[in-house]
Amino acid sequence: MGALAVAAVFAALARGAALAVVYPIATLSALILGATDLNVLMSGQDLVATLPIGLPTSGGLHLRLDSLSAFFGLVINGGVLAASVYGLGFDRERELSKRVEPYFPIFASAMNLVLLADDAYAFLFSWELMSLASWALVVARHTEAENRRAGHLYLVMAAIGTTALLFAFGGLAGTAGGYAFDAIRAQTPQPMVAALILAAALVGCGSKGGLVPLHAWLPLAHPAAPSHVSALMSGIMTKVAIYGFIRIAFDLLGPPAWWWALPPIVLGSISAVLGLLYAVLDRDLKRVLAYSTVENVGVIFVALGLALAFRANGLQAGAAVALAAALLHVLNHSWFKSLLFLGAGAVLHSTGHRDLDRLGGLIRTMPRTAAFFLVGALAISALPPLNGFVSEWLLFQSVLAGANLPQASLHFASPAIGALLALAAALAAACFVRVYGIAFLGRPRSAEAAHAHDVPLSQQLAMGGLALLCVLGGLFGSQLAAGLSPVLQHLAGSSLPHVGSGPTVFSLIAFDPSRSIYDAPVIALFVAIASLTTLVVVHRLSERKTRRGPAWDCGFPDSSPTTQYSASSFAQPLRRVYGSVAFSARETVTMPPPGDATPARFSVVVVDHIWRVLYVAPGRGVLLLAGWLNVLQFLSIRRYLVLMFSALVILLLIVALST
Amino acid sequence: MNRELLLQVLAQGTQMTLVLLVAPLAVGVVRTVKARLMRRQGPPLWQAYLDLVKLLRKESVLAESASWLFRSAPYVIFPLTWVAAALVPSFASGLLFNWAADVVALVALLGAARALLALAGMDVGTSFGGIGSSREMMIATLAEPAMMLIVLTLAFAAGTTRLAGVADFFVAEPLAVRVSLALALISLIIVALAENARIPVDNPATHLELTMVHEAMVLEYSGRHLALIEAASYLKLVLYISLLVCLFAPFGMAPAAAGIGGWLVGLVAWIAKILFGAACLGVWEVSIAKMRVFRLPDFVGVAFVFAFLAILLSFLARGVLA
Repeated sequence: MGALAVAAVFAALARGAALAVVYPIATLSALILGATDLNVLMSGQDLVATLPIGLPTSGGLHLRLDSLSAFFGLVINGGVLAASVYGLGFDRERELSKRVEPYFPIFASAMNLVLLADDAYAFLFSWELMSLASWALVVARHTEAENRRAGHLYLVMAAIGTTALLFAFGGLAGTAGGYAFDAIRAQTPQPMVAALILAAALVGCGSKGGLVPLHAWLPLAHPAAPSHVSALMSGIMTKVAIYGFIRIAFDLLGPPAWWWALPPIVLGSISAVLGLLYAVLDRDLKRVLAYSTVENVGVIFVALGLALAFRANGLQAGAAVALAAALLHVLNHSWFKSLLFLGAGAVLHSTGHRDLDRLGGLIRTMPRTAAFFLVGALAISALPPLNGFVSEWLLFQSVLAGANLPQASLHFASPAIGALLALAAALAAACFVRVYGIAFLGRPRSAEAAHAHDVPLSQQLAMGGLALLCVLGGLFGSQLAAGLSPVLQHLAGSSLPHVGSGPTVFSLIAFDPSRSIYDAPVIALFVAIASLTTLVVVHRLSERKTRRGPAWDCGFPDSSPTTQYSASSFAQPLRRVYGSVAFSARETVTMPPPGDATPARFSVVVVDHIWRVLYVAPGRGVLLLAGWLNVLQFLSIRRYLVLMFSALVILLLIVALST
Repeated sequence: MNRELLLQVLAQGTQMTLVLLVAPLAVGVVRTVKARLMRRQGPPLWQAYLDLVKLLRKESVLAESASWLFRSAPYVIFPLTWVAAALVPSFASGLLFNWAADVVALVALLGAARALLALAGMDVGTSFGGIGSSREMMIATLAEPAMMLIVLTLAFAAGTTRLAGVADFFVAEPLAVRVSLALALISLIIVALAENARIPVDNPATHLELTMVHEAMVLEYSGRHLALIEAASYLKLVLYISLLVCLFAPFGMAPAAAGIGGWLVGLVAWIAKILFGAACLGVWEVSIAKMRVFRLPDFVGVAFVFAFLAILLSFLARGVLA
């Protein structure tokens, strides 16, 4: 079975050259791989294979599909499936490119391979393949300077990330040098070494996932790629990063110490809030979505940190709830973020604009896309009964259970996490009300938006399928949580024991039924009945007469669409409240003196401190150093010989002294 | 068993009807108290009922640029608020559907109603709609986390996030005076004022003011759609007063399985408490001025800080005891 899975991946890879066939084959292989993953997750039987390639010391390339990789495989292949179906609708004459289509299956199969890897070599190789394939997709439209810049930054960050992972696996393998995961599991590293490994894993996986402060490349690179690839990068590739962190921290590194929980919790909660603050101030539709990915990855890391804390203290029920929250959020985010990026792609395709302030009124010109995007926007805002709320709910339950953690720092971190997560949830709602309200509602702000048209059927199908999953995932969260049981059992030592034992089979129960229940179908049914009653009663009682007229707007309707609220004006209150703290945002209004006819000027300054301190400053340092070392390139041959000789002497001295 | 279930369904139905019937009366009490304190005659107590009937009878004028979202939003916003109001324990705590949604879900249901209303405000594409939605969401980013922390504090004190469980805890220990709960009470009052668009956050009586928030969002609604939106805001007021009294003044509330006698006592006590709460709100509103919009973050921020202190203190207390 494992061999079949790999073969299917490579079939997609080999045929990549004939552009139009890429998407049907990718669709098919995603289906096959997804079915394999589902089978492994259900049956609990690992698939193992060893290929006769790879490092000579490790005895071939080890591949394994266990319950954890199978779960992430489902996430990935679901996303690949949606993106491929979306790709089926591309215009064969105009929309296919040699710079995109060949790399699409390589990217998809590399992500699958990361999950299959069962030794460090296979893991790093496929990780790097994934990075390079996605880099090629980011710079597909390399004629735009902005995309080249995004590609450059992405390449640097990916290199830093892979280097960090290289160190992490080096530390895991230890002095014995066993790079197979089985050999790594067999030994437990020293606490100091474990700390270094954890830090390296956090840098490696965090940079790929977009954890603050390693997020800077993500809002540039994800939007630069074609939209269905953006969906894969933002919705799916960040999940591979999370898989990497789970694999190292929960599986390979041995029994956790309580303080392992702190870095993911701290960085995760900062990412959650900061990611949305960036998002809420941005005007570019795809960049807003990419920033929101930073937030969601942060939320997942917080949940993972809590799970580590519970597990280190032997609180298995708490660990299971927190880990279930993390994994369900992985699944949910892959659905709604892919949906939103595909929707953004549809908008971009049909209007040519990504700037929110040039959109508007798309709910009338692109009704289907608008309806699907609405589902995604409400789901990502964690509103019931959609899927985002299920993981949010589980996370709040595990935050409450944080009171049982004995260590003071974790004990008091829990309420702070709760506060930051609640803030992030509220900001997410504000952010997506803004995105949807500006782009899809109101009156069109450009001619292109006024004459937009809906996208081809297969692209609607891809979005509709994901929207349906968002609804079903919200209603049947307890079934999904039950499906996670093998993974939870494996990594947390317990699953959610009471799932399915509530008043109905759909009740999601975190700890035990007397403590917390959430039953989405009952609530949805309740609201539906209330809604229906309202509809019937109102239509019986009321006049039912409806007239169309000009907008009222307090008696001053203005025909110009520019009088509407724009994306910037919607964000202004939020910028004043939060931006002044987080980004030192300042507004200046320059009024001309009375009698002067020059226009008044309004300007806003927003400073990204993280970019300034952590990226620009080291970048300058590297350039300065390179400037100094540049001297070495222009020496005479005598001086080179002196340098080499002295280096040799110093090395020999070191060897002599150390022995 | 069947009779028991029937009784439960009946009680739940009673509560759903009851909140709907009491809500306009509570608004009438607020308006009458305000008018009398300003030495005005004021409209009759039942004016809010008449308003709803009038709006239902009138034709609905839709703006030319309004989409399906604008028309259908009231039919979702109103039921969401109605269900949320029916979930808060009023005269009895152990009602049929109480287990289905806990306090976290309750906050999220209200959040869903608010997000839809803000979207509807932006649908027509007028400057007033945008102003209202933008400000409403800004206030919500402070009020919603505060609310979430308050309910988590209460859930933490009661050891459960189930509404009925929380209510039962406060019925059993009505005098559980704790610093964290006092902070939560102050915070909940501020959140309630903000969420119901009351002075000093917003003025429900205004209709043409650059500082309006809620009224600006619903400006384009008319006829039956406006009736539903108005009814939803009445329900929200009852919901918050209900929540306050059920948590901080639970006397009289019937525990689970109290039977019809207990329910009747609870019913009278609940209606009296709601009307008293509404009268207090009226007194509060005449004795304070409305704030500037950009002073609001300070005011609602206080709720957030107090709520955070409340949950921190309750975690601290657990740490000391354990």
